[in-house]
Amino acid sequence: MKLRATRRRKQTIFRRVVVGMIGLFFALPLLGMVEFTTRAPGGGRTLDTWATLFDFNVIDADYPELKTGVLASAGLVLLTVAIMLIMLVPTMTWVRLRLPGLRRTVEFICLLPLTIPAIVLVVGLAPVYAWVSYFLGESSLWLAFAYVVLVLPYAYRALDAGLSAIDVKTLAEAARSLGAGWPTVMWRIILPNVRTAVLSASFLSVALVLGEFTIASLFSRDNLQVAINQLGKRDASLAIAAAFAFMVIAFLVLFAMSFVGNGRRSSRPEEN
Amino acid sequence: MGALLGVIPFFAYTMVFLAIPTLIVVVGSFLDGSGHPTLGNLTALAQPQIVSAFIHSTVLSAVTAVLGAVFGALLAYAVSTGREGGQLRRIVSSLCGVLAQFGGVTLAFAFVATVGFQGFVTLWLQNIGIDLAGSTWLFEPYKGLILVYTYFQIPLMLIVFLPAVEGLRPQWREAAESLGGSTWHYWRHVAGPILAPSFIGAMLLLFTNAFSAYATAAALISQGSPIIPLQIGGTLSSEVILGQENVGKAMALGMVAIVAVVMTLYVALERRTTKWLGR
Repeated sequence: MKLRATRRRKQTIFRRVVVGMIGLFFALPLLGMVEFTTRAPGGGRTLDTWATLFDFNVIDADYPELKTGVLASAGLVLLTVAIMLIMLVPTMTWVRLRLPGLRRTVEFICLLPLTIPAIVLVVGLAPVYAWVSYFLGESSLWLAFAYVVLVLPYAYRALDAGLSAIDVKTLAEAARSLGAGWPTVMWRIILPNVRTAVLSASFLSVALVLGEFTIASLFSRDNLQVAINQLGKRDASLAIAAAFAFMVIAFLVLFAMSFVGNGRRSSRPEEN
Repeated sequence: MGALLGVIPFFAYTMVFLAIPTLIVVVGSFLDGSGHPTLGNLTALAQPQIVSAFIHSTVLSAVTAVLGAVFGALLAYAVSTGREGGQLRRIVSSLCGVLAQFGGVTLAFAFVATVGFQGFVTLWLQNIGIDLAGSTWLFEPYKGLILVYTYFQIPLMLIVFLPAVEGLRPQWREAAESLGGSTWHYWRHVAGPILAPSFIGAMLLLFTNAFSAYATAAALISQGSPIIPLQIGGTLSSEVILGQENVGKAMALGMVAIVAVVMTLYVALERRTTKWLGR
């Protein structure tokens, strides 16, 4: 018993030292951002930068690139989540119900982007996007097609966990035997039962799309990160404030996710 | 047959935006500018700046994978000694979930604001006589990039490794103690061997994570392309020398080959881990 008590004490000291040291390493750059954005020209502190960031008239007039970037990213978030859900939920349900033999194939395809770095995808997507621009125009919104591919692995894992937790087959058969068509089965039976999984797949997609830089910047399209990067060359203080603000938003989105259901987390982030 | 119609949208989509881009990279690596088969793109990889970019990328990823793995594992173990389901564990794991995603432009800016020429740590160190602003260390692959990459590697390690550490049962330690084993014996003969496959597996995952990263380096480095993702980016955005149109694809193929080897090892190890920890 005495042995265990000594160990417990040692472990507590060890825990505080390790968490403290690594915590300090994580805190310093964040502190650096706050410190940098509150510097006053002659020394001292000011909140001018932050006032500018939240003054939409000034942003609109003087920093149009930031406004364009925010709007583009908002559109991209919506379109990416919509395509992802409309494509994945019915396909994964259908495969479970009618084509169990294809399950491995679908899983393989969905997890494939994990082994393809975004920068490689950009190289291969360049000719594809030449066609996209030809048919649909140059809008930044079409980046969503590529983003869906980026979020596939995370969305797949979240949705797969949700679908595994319910008895898809019995639910669908019960609904069908009562005369429901396939759209009704999808919309009114499956979807409400996997809403936690749908939410966590969507949250992960939102976080990923808000942080995406590689594809947008190399295709010279607008999004939030590209705008912040451009702004950094002109007004470092404001750019750092904007980066910090959107990081906090992403943090809140992901933090909210940890409260949804059991908050399953993906094991591998993209976009570093 | 009718059932197959239901999966056509999915396969069509992934064909256009995943399979075709992959094929373009693979096939394009073996074609010259006018579409004739060639091995020229692969031999072009022997150019000194590309070789050094591959070396920089590999060393950078390996070093940050080891650093991230060691510190992340320490953190994971420290957190796991806390109370089960306690505040500390919950806060640390959700913070790490966010910090592992925290890369790219924001991370680059954060480091510039901290240890860049005007960063507060730089200014503070100047006061006590250490001059960081005199060199471009922050923008060099073996100095600044290692520091910056480690920042997102440690949290990723915690997320991947914490479940393994939590799989260690207190009974195992008690069993070792009741047989007269010391702490060293416990780590050397019980916990170490059990955690080793997950530890190495997580390290491989960290390697590919750093190896694939583009945005952080792109936002941080404005001159030169010291690592391979920046080299590839350069072939897309600037005019390419005649006859080298597809060298970018060959570089991309090289990256995929390295990532594929590492991921295969990872999957093999992961299977072993699952067997051991019964997860």
